[in-house]
Amino acid sequence: MDDELRELYQQVIIDHGRHPRNFRRIEGDCRCRQGYNPLCGDQLELCLQRDAQGQITDVAFQGQGCAISMASASMLSEVVKGKTPAEAERMFDAFHRLLTGEEGAEQGAELESLGKLRVLAGVREFPSRIKCATLAWHALMAALEPGNDEPVTTE
Amino acid sequence: MNESMPFNDVDYTTLAERCRGDFPLLARQMHGRPLVYLDNAATSQKPQPVLDALQYYYRQQNANVHRGVYQLSEEATAAYEAARARVQRFINAAAMEEIIFLRGTTEAINLVAQAYARPRLQPGDEVLISAIEHHSNIVPWQIVCRQTGAQLRVIPVLDNGELDQSAFAELLGPRVRLLALTHVSNALGTINPIAEMIAQAHRQGIPVLIDGAQAVPHLRVDLQALDADFYAFSGHKLYGPTGIGALYGKRRILEAMEPWQGGGEMISQVSFEHTDYNQLPYKFEAGTPNIADAIGLAAALDYVDNLGLEVIAAHERQLLAYGTRALQQVPGLRLIGTAPDKAAILSFVMAQAHPHDISTILDRCGVAVRAGHHCAMPLMQRFGLAGTARASLALYNSRQDIDVLIEALHQVVRMFGDATTEGGQ
Repeated sequence: MDDELRELYQQVIIDHGRHPRNFRRIEGDCRCRQGYNPLCGDQLELCLQRDAQGQITDVAFQGQGCAISMASASMLSEVVKGKTPAEAERMFDAFHRLLTGEEGAEQGAELESLGKLRVLAGVREFPSRIKCATLAWHALMAALEPGNDEPVTTE
Repeated sequence: MNESMPFNDVDYTTLAERCRGDFPLLARQMHGRPLVYLDNAATSQKPQPVLDALQYYYRQQNANVHRGVYQLSEEATAAYEAARARVQRFINAAAMEEIIFLRGTTEAINLVAQAYARPRLQPGDEVLISAIEHHSNIVPWQIVCRQTGAQLRVIPVLDNGELDQSAFAELLGPRVRLLALTHVSNALGTINPIAEMIAQAHRQGIPVLIDGAQAVPHLRVDLQALDADFYAFSGHKLYGPTGIGALYGKRRILEAMEPWQGGGEMISQVSFEHTDYNQLPYKFEAGTPNIADAIGLAAALDYVDNLGLEVIAAHERQLLAYGTRALQQVPGLRLIGTAPDKAAILSFVMAQAHPHDISTILDRCGVAVRAGHHCAMPLMQRFGLAGTARASLALYNSRQDIDVLIEALHQVVRMFGDATTEGGQ
């Protein structure tokens, strides 16, 4: 079998895609944003809760899409819990560089900070799938942005 | 060689084997595997005679048409008009004047919506379409309905992909001013019984536009027999170039219509006070037309007719039956669109994997299929799907191509697991 394909669809990604973590509603006060990829129909709603200092205390999502978009949303919901908005944003930057294979993606500390998200690095060999992997992140960034009520799209 | 073959040996030479070599692109490899091109409903590959015709035109005949009084322009004009006559013959239209060259099906439908329907629709009038239309036979009608206050009505689809004919009969009410219907569904493959539906609409005086984009590569279309008022199709799904297609319209109707776009070619006399329009079909061909691609399209029609559309159709029917049986054996796979009368389109979903994941894995096996909503989002919604994977066949596809597809789908099953034994980890 194709090594790049094996790298893309690692067991952990298929597992997250099939059994996404934090695939639920958030009860009580929360801020939600839609993410939509019109090209493939991937659609999700991501909700988050923050404490008085702005720190993210809970993230959950619901929706439907391919294994990559569901796995990426699932992992996002695990890694950004407890982060500040600035930390989450830095994480997205690093994650985006990892996916696009830009210079610096392999640099130690930044890569380390991504933790389990590194398993999605295989997406870089599949440029048409980068949008799938970043859909939930775009929804997260929109949800962290004050006053933005527009749905986000990756198109 | 034939002489040495035993008398009762079966000839396994299929259409695909004979023709594959005519299509240079099919020799390509994808990710180190031979390309298996199964996205023909999106666009088909081009045979050598079409490529040759394009090159010959640009190398030997290029000049503007209907303008110059010199030999080269006359040659270009003759080639362009011969292409029009070729299209007329291919769809058995009554006259050359009824063939308008346009960019493709989408442009043709937009022309009819704006130049035919818009001046005629009143608030409360209805335009009738079906639930299995491509966006290009939905959105132009939505636009014209918004412009005029008319209503869009939709013939529902049954679970197997056939239109609900009893609902159709009821929807043909006194306010319907136009029926716009696809001949063959691009997402499901359903062949609509358009001859009967056109006759039914005509009994109530309702004109009919048929979107023939998915039909002309697979079925013999005889417009004098069908009696459609408008028929639109594209060249690029018919082994011709992109950017060229045709609108057929009945002469009587086209003559009563105002032009759609203004410019050169479509006029007979212009002053600043008044313009007299050119005769058909030039009235609807403003500006320098797509001469080269019209000539390329004519070469494609020659190619198809030399093989025989009936031969192509029989080949595709066999392949469709073979593919249907094979796909039904793949664990977790469900075919979407199982109408008894179908063109060679196999739309499916898998319990294990999303269409985009399927498509990515197939691509790595050299297999090109379309994944997504197929520009038919209302139809996908009707079936409760975000999209499907779609394998669509053409004359150069073979059983071997289907076998490679099936093997690649087993790869999906191996990778994503057997859907029936899904369990938490």
